[in-house]
Amino acid sequence: MLAWTIYISFIGAAVLLLLPRQAARIVALLTAASGLVITLATFAAHPSGELTSITRSAWVPSLGLEYHLAADGISLTLVLLTGIVAVAGVLFSWNVERRANEFFAFYLALIGGVYGVFLSFDLLLLFIFYEIAIIPKYFLIAIWGSTRREYAAMKLALYSFVGSAMVLIGIIAAYVVAGARTMDLTQLAQYPFSVHFQMWAFPLVFVGFAILAGLWPFHTWAPTGHVAAPTGASMMLAGVIMKLGAYGCLRVAMALFPRGLDPWGFHVLGFGSWREVFALLALIGIVYGAMVALVQKDFKFVIGYSSVSHMGFVLLGLMTLQQIGLDGAVLQMFSHGVIAGLLFAVVGRMVYDRTHTRDLAVLETIHLSKVIPFAAVTFVLAGMASIGLPGFSGFVAELQVLIGTWHSFPAFVLIAGAGIVIGIAYTWRAMQKAFFSGSDHPPDAAAALPPISIPERLAAALLLAASIVIGLYPQLLLRIIIPALHSPYFDGLWKGSVR
Amino acid sequence: MTPFSYIEMLHLLLPEVILAVTALCVLSADLAFLHKSSLHLRSFGASLLTCIGCALSAAWILHTSTSIRLTDGLLVLTPVAQHVQIALLVLTALASLLYAGADFTEHVSEYLALMLLATVGMMLLVSTQNLLVIFLALELLSLSLYVLAAFDKASARSAEAALKYFLFGGISAAFLLFGFSLLYGLSNSTDLTVVAASIHTAPFDPLLIVAFVMVLAGLGFKVAAAPFHFWAPDVYQGAPAPSAALIASGSKVASFFILYQVMAVGLIAAAGSSVHHSYASGWAPAVAILAVLSMLLGNLAAIMQTSVRRLLAYSAIGHAGYMLLGILAHTDASFTALLYYAITYALTVLGAFGVIAIVEKQAGGDTLADFAGFSRRAPIPAFCMLIFLLSLAGIPPLAGFFGKFYLFASVLNATPGSFGLLWLVILAIAMSAVSLYYYLKVLKSIYVAEPAADTPSSQASILHQTILCIIALGVVLLGCLPDLLLRWL
Repeated sequence: MLAWTIYISFIGAAVLLLLPRQAARIVALLTAASGLVITLATFAAHPSGELTSITRSAWVPSLGLEYHLAADGISLTLVLLTGIVAVAGVLFSWNVERRANEFFAFYLALIGGVYGVFLSFDLLLLFIFYEIAIIPKYFLIAIWGSTRREYAAMKLALYSFVGSAMVLIGIIAAYVVAGARTMDLTQLAQYPFSVHFQMWAFPLVFVGFAILAGLWPFHTWAPTGHVAAPTGASMMLAGVIMKLGAYGCLRVAMALFPRGLDPWGFHVLGFGSWREVFALLALIGIVYGAMVALVQKDFKFVIGYSSVSHMGFVLLGLMTLQQIGLDGAVLQMFSHGVIAGLLFAVVGRMVYDRTHTRDLAVLETIHLSKVIPFAAVTFVLAGMASIGLPGFSGFVAELQVLIGTWHSFPAFVLIAGAGIVIGIAYTWRAMQKAFFSGSDHPPDAAAALPPISIPERLAAALLLAASIVIGLYPQLLLRIIIPALHSPYFDGLWKGSVR
Repeated sequence: MTPFSYIEMLHLLLPEVILAVTALCVLSADLAFLHKSSLHLRSFGASLLTCIGCALSAAWILHTSTSIRLTDGLLVLTPVAQHVQIALLVLTALASLLYAGADFTEHVSEYLALMLLATVGMMLLVSTQNLLVIFLALELLSLSLYVLAAFDKASARSAEAALKYFLFGGISAAFLLFGFSLLYGLSNSTDLTVVAASIHTAPFDPLLIVAFVMVLAGLGFKVAAAPFHFWAPDVYQGAPAPSAALIASGSKVASFFILYQVMAVGLIAAAGSSVHHSYASGWAPAVAILAVLSMLLGNLAAIMQTSVRRLLAYSAIGHAGYMLLGILAHTDASFTALLYYAITYALTVLGAFGVIAIVEKQAGGDTLADFAGFSRRAPIPAFCMLIFLLSLAGIPPLAGFFGKFYLFASVLNATPGSFGLLWLVILAIAMSAVSLYYYLKVLKSIYVAEPAADTPSSQASILHQTILCIIALGVVLLGCLPDLLLRWL
């Protein structure tokens, strides 16, 4: 049944192209909501988190390709995230009028591709869905975007495509080495690739995926892309698309080529393995993203760079190779997806669409918390969640990543901790400037801002609820994430020499 | 020589004969009944006849499907060759349907008759292993195409295109014939299998090296591989859209087929190797050089183009580079992958030219500016163009992606365990990442740019749009379910 999340999204996209504009957002909402309902129904059946096949049939028999959809706890977590952000994204895009049916068609095609990636267990199928997601992103930004949209859209598309070209080389090589008989992920994960092969295939595929996860120094598409994108699209980008990259790192690069994480046996510039290299890059991303966010003039760039910083925690968690670190990484994917979605919605929809500026210096002169208090409250809550206040999902996730890091790279914990502190600073600064400064008597123009609409309130409530529920009761997701990480699929990861 | 019955020969060649008869029917029908009717009606009637001819021919091939090899490889029919013939017939039929309703020439019947004769040339080309027949078929194909390129008599560009095509074509035919004559001299036979048997592995006869270099130059021209590509941009730009479509599609498929036959059947002993660290002289390294040059030049030059037709021409050079990889790997799997790639590529590019024809009718040109806002003027053809260009860029789930995947996987698999050709595959994948940039530039113009205010929004005919939709559907289906085509190859 979970497979229908994919089909329904694509069907919705096709239907939208044939419909008149007025009905577009209703159809989009229904489609996104049914995806979420299907996911919740799956959760209601108490899944164990073990790998469960959904559908499996021959696709190109002569090449051993299969149409194999399946889900484990990690997939389910991210499918749930996609469902939530998709619904919220439609609600926050309620005011899109120009070429609305095309907008939502691209939007739904993007979502369909994302569901497909999370549910595919044939490597080529996964890659196909992964690439399907590139093109809608391009058009969403280039047509409906703001600030330097065509540049940002092209940059994003090319970065993604270069990343997926690297992945494709790795995939084809792995397929050929394994005898060109199968692309089934569960079989490839068991295949004993030679250590020499894994040593070059792992970094190739890992970086290919990590580009999309915002790995420093390949992150530069992210802030420009997020800023240029229309609200719904930047929610998807920061909330879900970046997770595609991290998911690929874990599901493909690390699971198929675990020996690539082993020590090289020699040291270059103090590095002894790819694992150390990528852990350091992730760490730099955390601190660098936070520091750059601290000095931004554009409100949306603050959130854009904060995404780079928070995704650093995901990648750092993956590199710990501790169970708690990996749990934290997956949980952080969910948590950041929800929170970043909300932050972008506040900035892009609630503030920018009303004031038509994101310049913090201008916003400073308007006392926005007086004019649109709902936006201010939402931003305060989302900001608290973002900096990792206990009670929100970000806390559980980042804490676990830090504990994992403590085991694996003790020295890194301090620096990552410093990243969190800087996170508090930039969130505080943005909050202060955007909402709580300026004269108590707003100018007339500001007083005339339209009030926060019902769809916005609903969507904000949905995202906040998701963060709080997981923050208070993380077991809800950990219950399925932990068995997934201990399933035979990830065996290679736990058998390493140093772990 | 063993005598053989001409009746039997005629029987085996019936598909080609049907096409030739159709060509005559088209000519006489136009002369007898239609010449007083409107241009529109004439072109519809003639295309309809052409399609019927192609359908009959294809039906006959399906009906009789035999495997046979006549003396001296004059006619070699295999299931694969016959399925490629059917693909060629489909491409011609689609091209003639895209022509229906065009008004660049009054000589409707001559135009379609030449298209049919070109198709006869292509079909013969894929069903022979004899040097002489190869040359004759190539000339039949080329001469028809030269005239087809020149058909828009009102346009100076068309004349220029045809002249360039003809001059380059004539010279490369001379190269090819020279190469063939050397092969004949070396082996005393025009049969490719005999040629193969009489060629010994290294050290090569220096004449053999001259021979295969000449053959590569001659056929490299047909497939538009760099550095024999100079005609392509001008012909793609100047020729009438259906002619350019045929040159870019069917002719490409047939030429790649025969290039593989000559190299991998006739000259297999002289293959050499382009495997990293164990290069050996032969034609494979030479093909590798052509492939690398084509991939680099085609994809990088395409970035600079503002005319979409020229852009497609340079991208065609890039695609020829990818397809040459299938030739230098010369395994059965790489041949199948090459055919899949060539056929799906041909289908896609045919559709793209169909869309260009619409844009030219509306906006009067094919520059990126003429495409601005096309999605608002004509949503359906614009969406088809989206599918075609993304397929060319290799975005899944379209046919172009699967073609690339299968081709590159089979090339890599040609040297199992050593990754000897990985360097070529890496280059190819990197270049296809570059190609996304210029395809997106066109799509940006179509979907993002605002339309110029004064562009008339005359709609394309229903038939034209239907054909485009069918081609687009084919591209999507072949990408999602590649087995539909693979099982026939």
